[in-house]
Amino acid sequence: MTSSNVAYQVMWNRLISIVEEQAQALVRTAFSTSVREAGDLSAGVYDAQGQMLAQAVTGTPGHVNAMADSVAHFIRRIGVENIHEGDVYITNDPWEGTGHLHDITMVSPSFFKGQHVGFFACTAHVVDIGGRGFGADAASVYEEGIYIPIMKFAREGEVDQTLVQIVRGNVREPDQLIGDIYALASCNEIGHRRLSDMMEEFALPDLKGVARFIFENSRRATLEKIAALPRTSADGEMTLDGFDTPITLRVNVTVHEDRIVSDFSGSSGMSTKGINCPLVYTKAYACYALKVAIAPEIPNNAASLAPFEVTAPERTIVNAAHPAPVALRHIIGHFVPDTVFNAFDKIVPNVVPAEGAGCLCNFQVSLRPRSDRPDPEGAKRSEVLTFNSGGSGARPSVDGLNATAFPSGVMTMPIEATEHAGPVIIWRKELRPDSGGAGEYRGGLGQFMEVGARDGYEFDIQAMLDRVDHPALGRRGGGAGAATLIAQDDGTYMRGKGKQFVPHGRRVMMAFPGGAGYGDAKDRDIMSIKRDLALGYISAKEAQEIYGLSATAISEVAELVAKGDTV
Amino acid sequence: MADPMIRLGADIGGTFTDVVLEVRGQSYSTKVLTTYGAPEDAIVDGMMQVCVKAGIRPDQIGQVIHGTTLATNALIERRGAKTALITTEGFRDVIEMRTESRFEQYDLNLELPAPLLPRHMRYTVPGRMDATGSELLPLTREDIEPVVEQIAQAGYESVAVGLIHSYLNDAHEKLVRDVLSERLPDVMVSLSSEVSPQMREYERFNTVVANAYIKPQMKSYLSRLEGRLAGEGVGCKIFLMHSGGGIISLKDAADFPVRLVESGPAGGAVFAANIAARYGLDKVLSFDMGGTTAKICLIQNQTPKTSRVFEVARTYRFKKGSGMPISIPVIDMVEIGAGGGSIAHVDALQQIRVGPESAGSEPGPACYGRGGERPTVTDADLVLGKLQADEFAGGSMSLDKAASQVALQNELGEPLGMDARDAAFGLAEVVDENMANAARVHAVENGEDLSEYTMIAFGGAAPLHAARLCEKLGIDRCLIPPGAGVGSAIGFLRAPFSFEATRSAYMTLADFDAVSIKALLGELQTEATTFVRSCDNDSEILSEFKVYMRYTGQGWEIPITLTQKQALAPDAATFEALFEENYSRLFGRTVQGLDIEITVWAVNATTPPQPVERTAETSGDKVAVVSGKCSFFDAAVGDNVAGYLYRRGPKFDVGQYIDFPGKIIEDETTIIIPKSRRAIYQPDGCIDLIAKKDLT
Repeated sequence: MTSSNVAYQVMWNRLISIVEEQAQALVRTAFSTSVREAGDLSAGVYDAQGQMLAQAVTGTPGHVNAMADSVAHFIRRIGVENIHEGDVYITNDPWEGTGHLHDITMVSPSFFKGQHVGFFACTAHVVDIGGRGFGADAASVYEEGIYIPIMKFAREGEVDQTLVQIVRGNVREPDQLIGDIYALASCNEIGHRRLSDMMEEFALPDLKGVARFIFENSRRATLEKIAALPRTSADGEMTLDGFDTPITLRVNVTVHEDRIVSDFSGSSGMSTKGINCPLVYTKAYACYALKVAIAPEIPNNAASLAPFEVTAPERTIVNAAHPAPVALRHIIGHFVPDTVFNAFDKIVPNVVPAEGAGCLCNFQVSLRPRSDRPDPEGAKRSEVLTFNSGGSGARPSVDGLNATAFPSGVMTMPIEATEHAGPVIIWRKELRPDSGGAGEYRGGLGQFMEVGARDGYEFDIQAMLDRVDHPALGRRGGGAGAATLIAQDDGTYMRGKGKQFVPHGRRVMMAFPGGAGYGDAKDRDIMSIKRDLALGYISAKEAQEIYGLSATAISEVAELVAKGDTV
Repeated sequence: MADPMIRLGADIGGTFTDVVLEVRGQSYSTKVLTTYGAPEDAIVDGMMQVCVKAGIRPDQIGQVIHGTTLATNALIERRGAKTALITTEGFRDVIEMRTESRFEQYDLNLELPAPLLPRHMRYTVPGRMDATGSELLPLTREDIEPVVEQIAQAGYESVAVGLIHSYLNDAHEKLVRDVLSERLPDVMVSLSSEVSPQMREYERFNTVVANAYIKPQMKSYLSRLEGRLAGEGVGCKIFLMHSGGGIISLKDAADFPVRLVESGPAGGAVFAANIAARYGLDKVLSFDMGGTTAKICLIQNQTPKTSRVFEVARTYRFKKGSGMPISIPVIDMVEIGAGGGSIAHVDALQQIRVGPESAGSEPGPACYGRGGERPTVTDADLVLGKLQADEFAGGSMSLDKAASQVALQNELGEPLGMDARDAAFGLAEVVDENMANAARVHAVENGEDLSEYTMIAFGGAAPLHAARLCEKLGIDRCLIPPGAGVGSAIGFLRAPFSFEATRSAYMTLADFDAVSIKALLGELQTEATTFVRSCDNDSEILSEFKVYMRYTGQGWEIPITLTQKQALAPDAATFEALFEENYSRLFGRTVQGLDIEITVWAVNATTPPQPVERTAETSGDKVAVVSGKCSFFDAAVGDNVAGYLYRRGPKFDVGQYIDFPGKIIEDETTIIIPKSRRAIYQPDGCIDLIAKKDLT
């Protein structure tokens, strides 16, 4: 390492800080709650060839590879000769962007002293893109909303008003969507300003030197991590609810000298409904699973991602082909890490967790004035999307996390913010006792949610839940997490997926799944059992029947709790 | 007897309690070790010392202003009272479920910080308000009584009440307090609608819980302090510095102790703001670097920037999201794990990483010779010649340069194939870059361009790094004030009496209602003014009006400052123009065709800033006389240079300047002049580091 390498290290750190700023600017200016409250977005900087140099760590590992690949598609479609200063490009192509029409990706070329030096790109999940609305019901991508091919949103600074008009006319919340598109453009602009400052400061003519430094170091560090693994191969598998018939995900993970190949051959074929996953998104989550297990500290960029290869036969649920419906591709994508972990655990034991809730427990409600009466004065329709999490799987030496997203990293929305977004009432949002899989280390708890509408409104709920029939499975003797439940408050049956009508006055009662346990419950430390009982994470019944806590110990705990003492 | 021209400032920090006495413009200071068991002892001890120095008696002191890290520490160390939360049925776990996300995505064994109150100390009551503040479900005394009975049985000392949407309608929270107080008159009660009336339940509930948790302890400490000082003859009023940079009465501090969190660093920001005023600077970056952390704050128009939410007690490498959010008016700063004691290592990417782990004072940096073997920022500073081995801390301590070299060589040099000096340079570059990045991100979050800023650097380690930081941030001027070691306590004496009243209430510009705006701002003004009036009977009270605005549908607002006239004769066109002007400055472009809304209203009442004597600035017309020789590393030269030492005194006095390669030795720190800068001795004692290009 020489002193010029010290400068390159400084620049690398600077680029990472620039993309974090870029992401922060997006959160501050976005309109959709999914972006501004939940952080479902990403941001990155690229060299002039479209190779990713750095990416912000945001709520969405699912954008990791997808973002890394997408700029190359933009360069190809726009054409190098058509790239000009002040341009901003846009798409929501599921296959060339980040997996569904609800993710808008925008790319801006960055010019320094008249020379094209790189790109900034960002992606955000918007609440509505038209079509049937965000949900699983479509039979093809054509029904899922407006499609924006890769094109120019702004041409040398001039926004394409025709595009804006067409988009406005096709979505339910036009102001919100247009606002988000502007926010995406602004955040690239912020990144560009900082990059110019950096190039000025270090007197760089281009990014070639720093790119080489980043890629060489990242590649070397990643290959060292891979070389330290046993050169072997293992299979993993998981079965899920699917839309109406169960789905199986299968993967073979093989460690080579200089790469790890995850092959999803044997996974189920495509679904007729919108839970299909384009390969980019499968790849992102497979890659995230392996990186978090073996090389968590290496930042994401073109070189650190390259050794993780992912393949799947075309027209399977993990490599959906156009025009398959893909709106809820996250459901499959979010289960990819647990599937990969099931294989990886056979290659290197005691690193990865037991299965968790997996996919986010999301739902969207479309509210409107009740249809059996005249509209109340000032009534309006609105779309409200919420992100919620079940429990994560227990780790080899730590309990799972209660109601915490994994593998996704998005935040939930404050219910007070959600209730400002439309006439929705969240009546309950709290932990679900006894839902964490038993084990030496307990799975994380799921949560209860109850949702209704304000007086005078009815709604459709788009449920995006899995693990109704296939709860998270434990590792090394750990118990399964609790399954998902959903029904109306009068007991009316509801499905885990799809758009369902909820009449005026009714509520939807949901219980989100728990993570699975790790190790045998009889080996759990007694203090942890007592603490769980005191906190109400487990009931007295479960403490006694599953963990074998004595009746005396149970009443001691009850006394402590009544006295407001801790165990 | 008590003389209003004699004032005492006391800052209780983690290691030291700083006490400053000002007697008619003359200043006397001391540092004594913090006495954890009875923190008031150190204050009394320090007070007696400075009284002796100044030749006055304690009963002559006209005003005491106090700031303390005790509230922060109680939260970090979880040494609060036995506290319960009463919240809305269905929302028992808000403070535990947090944002349902992982603040570190790439750690499979991540553990989230436990909530301040475990689950069984959280109770629920029925009743519900909606997002317009109307009652959806009633709450009755009969609903509350059984919960109060459980709280009585368990013997809680303090109760927090946090109900959904209470920032819009506090009726249910007040009813809970009434029922509690009748049955349990001795239990302290904190309401979220009073402590932090802002939307977003996680932040608001956490804030009220934090307030309740530290209230009994802080109340008892403050009354003991009052008693001890009275016992020494101090008869004047005692005031507290709050996190927003103003002063409140002892009683308000005892009721809302969460407002004391970070009051010490807030004093530092006020200190910097006062220096900014002396120089008439409108854009200042305050840079406070001590042993463990560095704090960075923007100061505009001689007023520190404030925010409505911040995070305390970060548990994971100072990482955003790993602490607990507190939403109160607060001086907005970033704190990062970069101080003199921060330890460096080499990571898997063969990169040097610095902090946040700190060597503290035991064992301390390797050069302290107390058994520390890992290289710290101070070791790098010593090897690079920024510190003088034999003149550290005024010569009271001598540093072992060889030990620093060994530590740097072993931990960084070996794995990276470089010598100790290059390793030291790498370490220093990394820590400077970390601080620069934190400053940059902070600036962008506030839409500011740092190249227009002046830095004010204080704290023991700041002057060693200030010049390099300026180079990295493109800042042309840096002031290093005298007395920097007790900057926060001096800051207390410069702070105004102030109180900010805020209210969440939505209004779009389309539904702009000038009459109710005028009424609302008027009410807030009365509320804030009343607080300030309780501290100060005579002074004029100024009001600053602020509204937080956004496009309808956005989640984050930008603050818009209104003049008194704009606030009290409001019109929609002016609000719109102000918003668009600020928005486009921050984010590049405005959004066409969207409605704009106001979400939060704030009035800050404050006494006028103390009159500041402008420094008669000198541009330095005489070169200083050298006191000795030295050698140090210059980043721009990329090598060691033979340099000269300077000391304040006849050889280096007001109006004189020093050029590269110079080094100024002070009692508590050292100032390095790199090739790009010149140092000028200003009449108020500040060392003024300016970029050379400004000289031509």
